Amino acid sequence: MNSFQYSRASDVADAVRQMGADPTAKFIAGGTNLLDLMKEDVERPTLLIDITRLPLRSVEATPGGGVRIGALVPNSDLSYHPLIEQRYPVVSSAIRAGASQQLRNMATTGGNLLQRTRCAYFYDAVTPCNKRVPGSGCSAINGINRGHAILGMSDSCIATHPSDMCVALAALDATVHVAGPNGERAIDLADFHRLPGDTPERDTNLDRDEIITAIELPARGFAKNYTYLKIRDRLSYAFALVSVAVGLEMDGDTIRQARLALGGVAHKPWRDSEVEAALNGQVASPETFERAADLLLRPAKGFAHNTFKIDLARRAAVRALTQAANGTPQSQSSKKIV
Amino acid sequence: MSQKNKYAQAPNKLSVALIVNGTAQQLIVAPWTTLLDALRDHLGLTGTKKGCDHGQCGACTVLVDGRRVNSCLSLVVMRSGAEVTTIEGLATRDNLHPLQQAFIDHDAFQCGYCTPGQICSAAGLIAEGKAKSDDEIRELMSGNLCRCAAYPNIVAAIKQAMTVMAGKS
Ligand SMILES: Cc1cc2nc3c(=O)[nH]c(=O)nc-3n(C[C@H](O)[C@H](O)[C@H](O)COP(=O)(O)OP(=O)(O)OC[C@H]3O[C@@H](n4cnc5c(N)ncnc54)[C@H](O)[C@@H]3O)c2cc1C
Ligand code: SF4
Ligand code: FES
Ligand code: FES
Repeated sequence: MNSFQYSRASDVADAVRQMGADPTAKFIAGGTNLLDLMKEDVERPTLLIDITRLPLRSVEATPGGGVRIGALVPNSDLSYHPLIEQRYPVVSSAIRAGASQQLRNMATTGGNLLQRTRCAYFYDAVTPCNKRVPGSGCSAINGINRGHAILGMSDSCIATHPSDMCVALAALDATVHVAGPNGERAIDLADFHRLPGDTPERDTNLDRDEIITAIELPARGFAKNYTYLKIRDRLSYAFALVSVAVGLEMDGDTIRQARLALGGVAHKPWRDSEVEAALNGQVASPETFERAADLLLRPAKGFAHNTFKIDLARRAAVRALTQAANGTPQSQSSKKIV
Repeated sequence: MSQKNKYAQAPNKLSVALIVNGTAQQLIVAPWTTLLDALRDHLGLTGTKKGCDHGQCGACTVLVDGRRVNSCLSLVVMRSGAEVTTIEGLATRDNLHPLQQAFIDHDAFQCGYCTPGQICSAAGLIAEGKAKSDDEIRELMSGNLCRCAAYPNIVAAIKQAMTVMAGKS
């Protein structure tokens, strides 16, 4: 790690002010991504602004029937919170599918969103990487790219966003509340993370002197028909090769409203409105799901080692839609996929 | 320019007060000192192990205010005021902690390197009260790798300790 100074933010305005005053400062919350990257010299902040003592730790029902989650709520507490377990079980499930309980005890809601979109070369400070050093090239495109993106990639970067929680938040149309020098604003989760384009060094549309204060979930939680299905190289404590969050509103056998987001396949959680539109109003059946999955993966493109992910994602999507329609969500402890 | 000055400036050492295994401690540390390094190098509590130093193995697991965390990814300056429990703090003078006894009874280790982390993690798991079945124990212990693969015996040991501890309270 490089040497750095440490300070504590006394309130949100102070955090924003301190960040604005120092172009090489970083906020630190759980530290599970930032310290990891600092140990590899990938991140080299000269000042860490500790935001963990700010009062952003509550989970509250909103008047509109939704829930507002403070940016510092630990991932573990969020997954077990009664409001989330009852009304947004796909969020509970997705969080529990990620990392380990120790890490989830440290990791925060805001930090989870802002963990870097990354790949192994990004960590390896001696190889070219456009995300780490803009313009240096991408080692993955012609290198080892088994875990990399199959959707939405560019010639500059094919890394994936590794969060499980964000895939569920994307499916639910969450909103990110942020504060900055010019006041507060709200960003739709769909617009929060970016595709790489030719600026892969920017993972999100958050400005560097803005702080996430809360995530808001709208009233619709899909608590009856949902699933979070994560496919990975080992049964636990591994990043997704492919993951799928599904929420369905059913009327008998008919899908009134479908939500589907993919993880592990793109620079951001992947949603496709065309696919959801194609599911709405249809009878839940293997044919409907196959058709939707084909449409979902139509734009996919593989590289030397990850072409298998296209078929894996297609099948995972069909399976997840089936689980959600049947009301039999994937268990995150019994690993059997039914 | 201020940038250059900043690199040139010697880092401020910071003072941190913590309670470790019931004893108040005052440390003077550089800001980048992890809780793991503070425990091992500043306090001589070498029971907590450094495996990967990147959150990937769980060997460094300790309890902070009763919750299990990876001490390698935690800055000690961020923990001022916290109560930390390590493997050295689990036994009482005359009695092993039920988890320590259960790990012996079930032969739940071979080389022992992962064991302090496994036991602290299991103590956190029992306090959380979410794991009931074997599957749930396995899943919620997945943050602790064991290169000797003592996994089945670790699950058996945790189940024994759960029973013993439930009987006591
Ligand atoms: C071994 C390992 C395995 C993992 N496996 C998984 C997995 O399977 N699935 C998964 O989803 N995740 C996984 N993770 C990632 C983990 O979920 C993230 O590291 C964690 O969510 C980050 O949260 P944090 O609070 O620790 O962030 P920090 O490390 O504190 O911060 C991350 C970034 O966000 C910024 N930041 C933090 N909070 C705010 C805020 N409120 N406003 C503005 N900026 C902020 C920081 O400046 C930093 O740049 C894994 C991590 C490890 C180490
Ligand atoms: S895929 Fe992105 S993060 Fe990975 S080496 Fe290429 S530019 Fe870097
Ligand atoms: S040493 Fe901390 S998780 Fe491996
Ligand atoms: S006993 Fe050897 S690593 Fe677990």
